[in-house]
Amino acid sequence: MSSLISLKNDVASVASDNWTLVKLPESQVEERKQAGKVVLFKLTGEQTVTEAQVANTVIPETGNVIVPLSVFIARQQALKTRIAQGEIGVWLATHELLETLTQAQADLNHLPFIAIFVERFADGRIFSLGNLLRTRYGFKNELRAFGDVLRDQLFFLKRSGFTSFVIRADRSAQDAIASLNDFTQPYQGAVDEPRPVFKRYNRGA
Amino acid sequence: MYQYDEIDQQIVDERVAQYRDQTRRYLAGELTEDEFRPLRLQNGLYIQRQAPMLRIAVPYGMLSSKQLRKLGDIAKKYDKGYGHFSTRQNLQLNWPRLEDTPDILAELATVQMHAIQTSGNCIRNITTDQFVGIAPDEVIDPRAMAEIMRQWSTFHPEFALLPRKFKIAVSGTKEDRAVCQAHDIGLEFYRDANNQIAIKVWVGGGLGRTPILGTVIREHLEWQHALTYSEAIIRVYNLHGRRDNIYKARIKILVKALGIDEFRSQVEAEWAHLKNNENTITETELARVAKHFDAMPYETLAAQNADFDAAVASNPAFAAWVKRCVHPHKQAGYRAVTLSLKPHGSAPGDITSEQMWAVADLADAYSFGELRSSHEQNLILADVKLSDLYPLWEKARANGLATPNIGLLTDIICCPGGDFCSLANAKSIPIAEAIQMQFDNLDYLHDIGELELNISGCMNACGHHHVGHIGILGVDKDGSEWYQVTIGGKQGNDASIGNVIGPSFSADEMPNVVQKLIEVYLKERTADERFIDTVRRLGIAPFKAHVYSPKETNTEVTA
Ligand code: HEM
Ligand code: SF4
Repeated sequence: MSSLISLKNDVASVASDNWTLVKLPESQVEERKQAGKVVLFKLTGEQTVTEAQVANTVIPETGNVIVPLSVFIARQQALKTRIAQGEIGVWLATHELLETLTQAQADLNHLPFIAIFVERFADGRIFSLGNLLRTRYGFKNELRAFGDVLRDQLFFLKRSGFTSFVIRADRSAQDAIASLNDFTQPYQGAVDEPRPVFKRYNRGA
Repeated sequence: MYQYDEIDQQIVDERVAQYRDQTRRYLAGELTEDEFRPLRLQNGLYIQRQAPMLRIAVPYGMLSSKQLRKLGDIAKKYDKGYGHFSTRQNLQLNWPRLEDTPDILAELATVQMHAIQTSGNCIRNITTDQFVGIAPDEVIDPRAMAEIMRQWSTFHPEFALLPRKFKIAVSGTKEDRAVCQAHDIGLEFYRDANNQIAIKVWVGGGLGRTPILGTVIREHLEWQHALTYSEAIIRVYNLHGRRDNIYKARIKILVKALGIDEFRSQVEAEWAHLKNNENTITETELARVAKHFDAMPYETLAAQNADFDAAVASNPAFAAWVKRCVHPHKQAGYRAVTLSLKPHGSAPGDITSEQMWAVADLADAYSFGELRSSHEQNLILADVKLSDLYPLWEKARANGLATPNIGLLTDIICCPGGDFCSLANAKSIPIAEAIQMQFDNLDYLHDIGELELNISGCMNACGHHHVGHIGILGVDKDGSEWYQVTIGGKQGNDASIGNVIGPSFSADEMPNVVQKLIEVYLKERTADERFIDTVRRLGIAPFKAHVYSPKETNTEVTA
């Protein structure tokens, strides 16, 4: 059974996945634990991608593939035709900067697909990233969450602009669908419904 | 106070269903301990030393008599017949069973209550001054804004899993009683030069391990933008706050590391995109919510009442209570009353089911059926007629709720400490009880005058020890319990963090240490000087000298 939940026109279903995820090869370099200079804290404890990793990443010759941000940037020229054909999606980890992507690819809607990898479900940066991709950078295509994705975060992910979710392999995607509708009338405006309840519902004078 | 409409009710009902299913999945082994933890925490459920603890939200401290009655019922049915008011105005149950918590939440939902986001790394209950709406020095009643912010922060999808907890306080008085500067965001409402409601925004305050008072990030924010500006602040924090070390994860650490100027420019850049979006508050919404906080239907009364004056003149016990527990009110002939949850020799903030029911009856009889909780862990009846004060006092006294010690040394703020909390270095409740017994003589207590003594069982600072005039902190030395003492902390507009006086003490020594601090104060004070003023004038040296003076002199002084 597939682990992918896909949301189309507000209807969720378990769907088969026609994107192949490309991962970075394991790093040989020791983990760097220090705060980055430009964006303080961002890199704390998080692995930086090495040149060797980028160079050694193998991208399948054909089909729809999702490549890591660092690889996308390094091989943008080589992938040009495939990008134009809509075969290339990009994935980012929660500590990576959206600006790095938009500097390389000004109009994100040339990409059919962006995914965010969340290593630990408690890492709420994924919600801000989804929100920014939709509201700041106007991304309109499929936005996917994968990694430690569990049903109890789905409602928030949906509201933050995500439209597909790869539920962690040991859990049932079918069961998880129910949580997308935990609340009928959320209070605040967010990506899926920008109007807060006081603007979309007559609560009396 | 605010009454739920069908939208609010549906959200709490759906929350009960959601949490019931989460608990079921946890008990069935479908959720691991680690996966269930943030879910139960966001519903106020801690697992602590003895049993789970359930923290029930009391939004900005407002309660109806009906709600308090229900809390009394719940404490009886699911707990040991008592609850504990916390320093964030919430009510905690110390002994519920995990299996029962969905039913408790379902019962709470019937009286428009919940435990949503009372814990966990999310936006917590918004707190304010317990005299909100009735204080003579109030410029703006911030409750409508607090309620609007409560709704906005409830299940805010972007801020559901922040690096660390996030606390917001609002205040609308000349003298801040909501400790705005000790919160992640503090919103101080005022009227600007054009007589419009404006907000001074503080950011990056917090107690805990690294106590830091907040900094002003914006002097003037129009009220319509309270939500979008907060979103800008919290988004910068959510993206850049540290997540690798929980002791460095609060927003205060980010603000300090970036510096307020850099932090402000990032927030302003973010806000430029958010300003005027759909979450901007409308006049209609503010008016709709504000209607719930209209002034009570007060009678027109004289400013004086002869019977009340006579009772004060003839009954010293009543007069002592009036002096400490009765507070001014903006409406002529009305007063606010604090019911002390600090009787000497018992855990500060604890209240039995019977007392909850009694207070609910008092609220119905004398204060329009409403009451408030304070961050000093007491209950307040906000709208009592002068002529009702005497009968109210008699009934409060019969229920052990009229200790005349509000604002005095024995009105101690104290965390649950080692008796309940698994993070504690040391017990805190027995220290509070021992100090209360040491100062049980009321005349002496009144002579010492205003003094805030705060106790925390560890550096997480749940008892706000840093801002106590006297602060006591439980520390662990080679596995045994010791107490470090600070003096000179203060909350309010001129807030400060206390200074450590020296090496720590054993539990037995503590009442005497406080005694010695008081001795120095009584000897050195000038007329009208409070303890905190004397400490600020003299510094810690004379206090330190007396507390740590050699044993011989000790015996001489006490002899
Ligand atoms: C017994 C269970 C409790 C546990 C496990 C607990 C745990 C903690 C921890 C870990 C912190 C530090 C958070 C940080 O600085 O990031 C904290 C802070 C705090 N707790 Fe508790 N606490 C408990 C009970 C209470 C109670 C009963 C109260 C109220 C009386 C309370 C009020 C507070 C306050 C006001 C702070 C924050 C001060 C600040 O950093 O601004 N806590 N608590
Ligand atoms: S201050 Fe420490 S001991 Fe006291 S309740 Fe908080 S975490 Fe527990």
